[in-house]
Amino acid sequence: MSAQPSAKQPSVKLTSTDQSSVDQPTVEAPVSDKPLLEVENISIHFGGVQALKNVSLSLYPGEVLALAGDNGAGKSTLIKIISGVYKPSGGSLRFNGAEIELREPQDARAQGVETIYQDLSLADNLDVGSNIFLGREPMRRVCGLPVVDRPQMKKVAREVLAKLDIVVPERKLGGPVRVLSGGQRQAIAIGRALYWNARILIMDEPTAALGVPEQRKVMEVIKGLRAQGVAVILISHNLHDIFSVADRIIVLRRGEMVGMRKASETDGDEIVHLMVGDEYADTRAGA
Amino acid sequence: MADATIDDRLSRITLLTRIWPWLFLIVLLVFFEGWAQIEVGRSFLFSAYNVQAILLAASAPLLLALGQTFVIITAGIDLSVGFVMGLAAVTVAQVALMAGNTPLALALACIVTVIVCLFSGWVSGTLVARLNVPAFIGTLGMYGISRGAGFLTAGSGMTVSVDNPILAWLGSDWTPIIVTAILLLILHFVLSQTRFGQHTYAIGGSLQSAARAGINVKRHLTSVYMLSGFCAAVGGIIYTARYSAGAANAGESMLLDSIAAVVIGGASLFGGTGTVIGTLIGSLIIAVIQFGLIFIDIDAFWQFIAVGAVIILSVLIDQYKDRLARSA
Repeated sequence: MSAQPSAKQPSVKLTSTDQSSVDQPTVEAPVSDKPLLEVENISIHFGGVQALKNVSLSLYPGEVLALAGDNGAGKSTLIKIISGVYKPSGGSLRFNGAEIELREPQDARAQGVETIYQDLSLADNLDVGSNIFLGREPMRRVCGLPVVDRPQMKKVAREVLAKLDIVVPERKLGGPVRVLSGGQRQAIAIGRALYWNARILIMDEPTAALGVPEQRKVMEVIKGLRAQGVAVILISHNLHDIFSVADRIIVLRRGEMVGMRKASETDGDEIVHLMVGDEYADTRAGA
Repeated sequence: MADATIDDRLSRITLLTRIWPWLFLIVLLVFFEGWAQIEVGRSFLFSAYNVQAILLAASAPLLLALGQTFVIITAGIDLSVGFVMGLAAVTVAQVALMAGNTPLALALACIVTVIVCLFSGWVSGTLVARLNVPAFIGTLGMYGISRGAGFLTAGSGMTVSVDNPILAWLGSDWTPIIVTAILLLILHFVLSQTRFGQHTYAIGGSLQSAARAGINVKRHLTSVYMLSGFCAAVGGIIYTARYSAGAANAGESMLLDSIAAVVIGGASLFGGTGTVIGTLIGSLIIAVIQFGLIFIDIDAFWQFIAVGAVIILSVLIDQYKDRLARSA
């Protein structure tokens, strides 16, 4: 069993993402490249708090979409809806054109959505292999009894780490992942998503806890994934990271989408203004 | 290579912290054997009677500790097991008597007892998993409820005598030890080899990560508390079998022993670690201390002090082990 994310269609650059398209982004893309994911008018409220209001976006194979926004803007809420953790109060999600209701994270995963949370969501007391297979453990039969296939888990752990050029000493491979470095742990979380054939990879602040060399490594990994046709949704506070990999940038403010820009056609100042709302009149135009 | 030798030394110390309960048990046995040979002139260990007595003494709290191991690995605790065991002891006796004390009545009594204890575990598990009640409080509530229910079931005498040949067989000689051993082997397999065991560890490591990985955390936690209830049921039935009477306070003294056995066996109350074999060693250490001190004629109250000291020692070693793992 070697689940390898196979190279999919070539990456596509988006052409039209101007202001007027904020509510319903229209994208001039070849017919063969239908969006992997369409978020349509998603709203959610917790009690009386409207956390997201009519947010719509499309995500295409082989693109990196950055979500920018201040704390509390709704970035995390949005990705939790896409990954099946929260159920939206209104709106719908389409995967490959088909409307699908996500009742739990497994439903999102069945659509190829893998999420790497800021805290990495590792079980710190378990080894690398156990974390890659967390909740999806491979089984084998010993004397007719189904047992967790630890040799297989360890083998895959080695392969996954090797693919990401991460060296974990054999001695630590079977130990708890809490003794590993931030970069190694990040690699496990990324490796897990890749192993399970992510077609849509959501990364929440993937570089926040890393040193500079490890940050670069993560950026390289994201570029590699894009080349393979994986769609990446990237949440980051780091504008440098965003501009180094993102194709498009969506800015949220107080639960509303206030702008969508091609990364090549904007700059840090404009994004920051959108985030904090200095260009009030301008940014409200499309919302 | 200086690095290699440091690595070697670290891994040797790590190994030592991992196997210390075994070493400690061996030291205890050697100590009591030596004392017995010199002072009493008899063997401590090489006597079938003593071995049986130690294993019997270990088996009762061990039955509770087996379920407790799973609960503690999920970062919970089950304070109700002692009185649930007492409730089981009086329930099996009372139902067997009411149904006519035939073999069939006994079977019925066992089924009813198991259902009662599973229900108690289900309530604890639901409180903890679905209603977010801290395990300490939720199971403390069940501690009180099962205590009251046990005494009410027992009636005025606090105990219910039952004279039943099958029950007597179940409680005689090595049978309780064999029953405990079988349950131990099954639960060891479940914890170390199955998805259920793997998910138990994952939940203890990080509840949120386990939930995000698609593990049904609420259902799993409920099952773990029900497993603890089941173990208490077996403990109660064995108790009634051994003494031909069920007592509502049968397990009162065993609650803390069961937790102590799990902790001495290497589990952390913060969750995520612990093994069935460790729990076995932990309960053997407690039983050997208790029986050994009596055997060499030291005031029985010293056993509380000795067991208390071992619990503290085991937690200190556990913390040291963790620091070691981080630095390595």
